[in-house]
Amino acid sequence: MNTRQLLISLWTMVVKEVRRFLRIWPQTLVPPSITMTMYFIIFGNLIGSRVGEMHGISYMSYIVPGLIMMSVITNSYSNVASSFFSNKFQRSVEEMMVSPMPNWVILAGFVIGGAARGLGVGLIVTVVSLFFTHLDLHHPLLTLMVVIMTALLFSIGGFVNALLAKKFDDISIIPIFVLTPLTYLGGVFYSIDLLPEFWQNVTMINPILYMVNAFRYGILGISDIPVGGALIAIAVFIVAFWFLALWMLNRGKGIRS
Amino acid sequence: MAEPALSIRGLTKVYGNGFEALKGIDLDVAQGDFFALLGPNGAGKSTTLGIVCSLVQKTAGQVKILGIDIDQDFAKAKYALGVVPQEFNFSQFEKVGDIILTQAGYYGMPMKEAKPRCERLLKDLGLWDKRNGAARMLSGGMKRRLMIARALIHRPRLLILDEPTAGVDIELRRSMWEYMRRINEEEGTSIILTTHYLEEAESLCRNIAIINRGEIIKNTSMRGLLTELDTETFLMDLAEPLETTPLIKGFEIERVDSHQLALSVRKGTDLNDAFQQLTEQGVRVLSMRNRANRLEELFVSMTSQPEAATGIDTQSETSSQAKETAS
Repeated sequence: MNTRQLLISLWTMVVKEVRRFLRIWPQTLVPPSITMTMYFIIFGNLIGSRVGEMHGISYMSYIVPGLIMMSVITNSYSNVASSFFSNKFQRSVEEMMVSPMPNWVILAGFVIGGAARGLGVGLIVTVVSLFFTHLDLHHPLLTLMVVIMTALLFSIGGFVNALLAKKFDDISIIPIFVLTPLTYLGGVFYSIDLLPEFWQNVTMINPILYMVNAFRYGILGISDIPVGGALIAIAVFIVAFWFLALWMLNRGKGIRS
Repeated sequence: MAEPALSIRGLTKVYGNGFEALKGIDLDVAQGDFFALLGPNGAGKSTTLGIVCSLVQKTAGQVKILGIDIDQDFAKAKYALGVVPQEFNFSQFEKVGDIILTQAGYYGMPMKEAKPRCERLLKDLGLWDKRNGAARMLSGGMKRRLMIARALIHRPRLLILDEPTAGVDIELRRSMWEYMRRINEEEGTSIILTTHYLEEAESLCRNIAIINRGEIIKNTSMRGLLTELDTETFLMDLAEPLETTPLIKGFEIERVDSHQLALSVRKGTDLNDAFQQLTEQGVRVLSMRNRANRLEELFVSMTSQPEAATGIDTQSETSSQAKETAS
């Protein structure tokens, strides 16, 4: 395929993916917005007013970046996982496989589509949060970079999950048993300074901690960890997972007999 | 000399569970041909076609599409290929028009070129009114036609039709035959057809290969194959009902029901002799016709070896197991 054809095929993939999550917006865009609104009301407003400040910032403002990031992570991941697995299940993945599209275009199409949903939901949650608190962007570029990189990383993760999945249960195991605990324990609701030293050290191996804190640093200017290291770690994970997903796709893992 | 539309050499497929689906087959399909690939379920048809369309990974062998080796430049070979699979493989929730246009996009076709082509195909296949409806709302026959339209959107020179008329009523099936003939004869598209309606293969195809247990057991012209048939069966409608099967010396006769007999006649046998014996037994024949499919008789005789898969409508357990464990 020449460059123009590659761009057309990539655009087609992205449009198809975006059209999918927009078509089923009551399942993809509304529920996360409602869930996050509940978090803002209960944890931020009701309980948060009794918690007081964290690192000199109101508790409501403190949890907003973490909750936005949580939405981005879960939605990017689950969008690609369910969309690609659904394509496998309905065998419409064969439409792509019989076409001359290179595998990297297929992967990129799903990943960009998943990131688009993650970022879309993240934007909705950000708008909702403005009803509860005021946000000052300390480092807009960094904030944007971290959120986009995180969306891309978890979209790729969702793709790997869907490639390996053999039944619908397999695409909900990772989000429920891995992503949710890691996100909750990744400093969304608290600063790791509050933990005993041992648990602080344990928390340091949680990759989501770095994303949440880097994002929080971009918005609020505070972080539990060095932001530069977090950015490098996310970038390394993106590259590693990208090549893993592409390698699996090239080998036909889960899609070719 | 033009390259064959499809050339297969020594194609082998061994699934992960050790099942040898293809045992080094060779096959050539000339450009412009309408070619039938027949065989019982589990014989290796879908595996062969799956390898050609990149849905199945081959174990060994060479496949060339219009002279392009799929191991050298599969992307280029895929431009020449259109596929209508056996099972529905589109998103049931997408709109009919979007399914076709998305497929065009996968081939890098600009929208201004894809839209008129899509309109023409949907009109030709009687789906234009359904273009804005979700695919799941279509009838079975419409879904089959949708897959044909999708396969043709990028103007392939080789079209693979894997049981394209399965579950389609006879009227629609015949209109689909007309359409397939048209794209073969007028547009020069080479077509490979697998079907379990052997009448379909006999009516449409010029050349034929029969595959059984992973091996090509026959590869010849349709006319040549039919001349090999040494027995024909005639169905005879009776004037009066019969409770028992009459005995006709020198012929094989079977009572289909109380008003119909099936008479098997070897080539060169004098039919008058059969009628004379029937008359003597008081059996009056009102009309007679050739049993629907001569090819079917040949097919059954060739493939019904002791260990061979039997029946052409049932899913082969071996094959499905292989597919399940292979991924």
